[in-house]
Amino acid sequence: MSVSETVATPEQDLFSGPDLAGHFGRYGGVFVGETLMAAVEELDQVYRKLSQDPKFWQEYDHDMKHYVGRPSPLYLAERLTAKYGGAKIILKREDLNHTGAHKINNTIGQALLAKFMGKPRIIAETGAGQHGVASATVAARLGLECHVYMGAEDVQRQAANVYRMKLLGANVIPVTSGSRTLKDALNEALRDWATNVDSTYYIIGTVAGPHPYPMLVRDFQAIIGREARAQSLEEYGKLPDALVACVGGGSNAIGLFHPFLRDSEVAMYGVEAGGDGVETGRHAAPLSAGKPGVLHGNRTYVMSDERGQIVETHSVSAGLDYPGVGPEHSWLKDIKRVNYVSVTDTEALDAFRALTRLEGIIPALESAHAIAYACKLAATMSPEQTIVVNLSGRGDKDIHTVADIDGITI
Amino acid sequence: MSRIDSCIAAAKAAGRKALIPYIVAGDPDGDTTVSLMHQLVQDGADIIELGMPFSDPSSDGAIIQLGAERALRNGAGLDTVFSVVRQFREQDNNTPVVLMGYLNPVETMGYQAFVEQSAKAGVDGLLLVDLPVSEAESLLALTRPRDMNVIFLVAPTTTDKRIASICEHSSGYIYYVSLKGVTGAALSDTGEIAQRVAGLRSATDLPIMVGFGIKDTASALAMAAVSDGVIVGSALVQKIGELSETAARDAGLIADSTALIASIRQALDSESA
Repeated sequence: MSVSETVATPEQDLFSGPDLAGHFGRYGGVFVGETLMAAVEELDQVYRKLSQDPKFWQEYDHDMKHYVGRPSPLYLAERLTAKYGGAKIILKREDLNHTGAHKINNTIGQALLAKFMGKPRIIAETGAGQHGVASATVAARLGLECHVYMGAEDVQRQAANVYRMKLLGANVIPVTSGSRTLKDALNEALRDWATNVDSTYYIIGTVAGPHPYPMLVRDFQAIIGREARAQSLEEYGKLPDALVACVGGGSNAIGLFHPFLRDSEVAMYGVEAGGDGVETGRHAAPLSAGKPGVLHGNRTYVMSDERGQIVETHSVSAGLDYPGVGPEHSWLKDIKRVNYVSVTDTEALDAFRALTRLEGIIPALESAHAIAYACKLAATMSPEQTIVVNLSGRGDKDIHTVADIDGITI
Repeated sequence: MSRIDSCIAAAKAAGRKALIPYIVAGDPDGDTTVSLMHQLVQDGADIIELGMPFSDPSSDGAIIQLGAERALRNGAGLDTVFSVVRQFREQDNNTPVVLMGYLNPVETMGYQAFVEQSAKAGVDGLLLVDLPVSEAESLLALTRPRDMNVIFLVAPTTTDKRIASICEHSSGYIYYVSLKGVTGAALSDTGEIAQRVAGLRSATDLPIMVGFGIKDTASALAMAAVSDGVIVGSALVQKIGELSETAARDAGLIADSTALIASIRQALDSESA
């Protein structure tokens, strides 16, 4: 990608957010304890400066190509299309990135920031373990100390990724407070950051957290959409008719969507984790069934009860099991630019099996949510139309979960 | 002049350092919280900070999170907080009460309802840890016309520019966070804290209270020496946690669980005498 494409356009419209204080409409902003305010402001200043520096993006692009293996292919899933289309289902193969998911796009970028700021110690939170692995990976590469907070439940669910992080030299800290999942890992990481703020860079794994995180994580993930846009034009001679991506915190989705936001002919679908079904209350779909609130440093849609307490989420996919969502998604929902939908655990598992058997690609359970919705959507569209689905990660980490559900012990 | 202002002014005039205990409303239940508040006043508390329980208290340590979880398990919410303050006010119309907590329950209720109900219940001040001054205008617009103080934190990391803006928007007192970290952590270098508080003095005439990491008479004396008063939370909430394990919460047990506050009061007063 050329440098000029990565610099924000000066145009002020619905899609030019965030403002200087980190707001996307009424969402976003900075809502953290005073101890962290200086660190957050410093990061904002550093990023504003570096993101205007072509050398910074040259280094990022170099790592994307030679370390991550980008660009990732755009792959037409012919047998999946034959079964479910309608429209052609095309996969953006983020699962082929080094470490097996889109998360590395962000950790490479943030590691450059940590290096520039001279921080010797990085911390991260992780749900499915993909962001933890991607953080441990860049830490190993740069020789930084790395501590990963992970809910005790998720440590159980994602044992293989825990071991990968340990092999990479990271210290994995199981979080036993609260609901013992991703949100509690975030709380614990924020506490660590407040305690070790002088030495520590906090690599947030998604487009949430206080400003500037939702902006900078988006900028690092937008390489997905920039590539998909160029590849679509080159291979199909047109923009896609629809984009589909799963939404937990929402980083792979915003990465795919953002470079297309001003292309009004491109429809967009963010797929949340419906768990047992949104109507059952056992899900992880704040945009589908939550309301605006404040969690983990930003104002956004959250899942909370009538007292304003954050409620426990349910999803077969650890990476989507989060009660909040990036603030830019909340904004894109309110202005109706993106359609937010949900699929259930069962539908995601069916899609996981379908993609594996029809295309020889084992998707992450997170990405299987996007596949499931894309199959439904394709059936309603015509064969000349195309859908680009973000296959955000590979499913090796999930085989134990799926085997368990099938009653098989590996 | 708010109730907080006159309370602190009276303490100052008497040569007393202010003592501000923090407990979680509804931990372990509302009635016990009211009894604890009256006991704390007897023990010599000047102001009471009442925690509004929240599921994700990311600026607090494990002890206060557990206190919030005990309260939430018993169904506590902002309704409990207001009812605790109302009951307390039936017998005590002098001791200022400051609500301390996180924003999401407040946003869920709505700022206007929250401020109105706080005022009606007899609350004197509000402290929302995840609401920095830069995002606080909607709240401040509602509190300014009332005798309702809004208290903000200043941390060891706070820049001079931020200090100026925080002092401009604060009322009641400034809460100086003694350490980098969360509530209940170990106190750091007292010399550095003294220096920071002295720096703050040049930016504001508001009283400065020091909190985080004060867990015994020694740390309370050290912090009171450099400030206008001290806030004691985790050490007290820890004792209340033990209280929650017993069913018979008679006056003796209530007094036992707040004994730390009585001993700190004694130590502070004998020091200033």
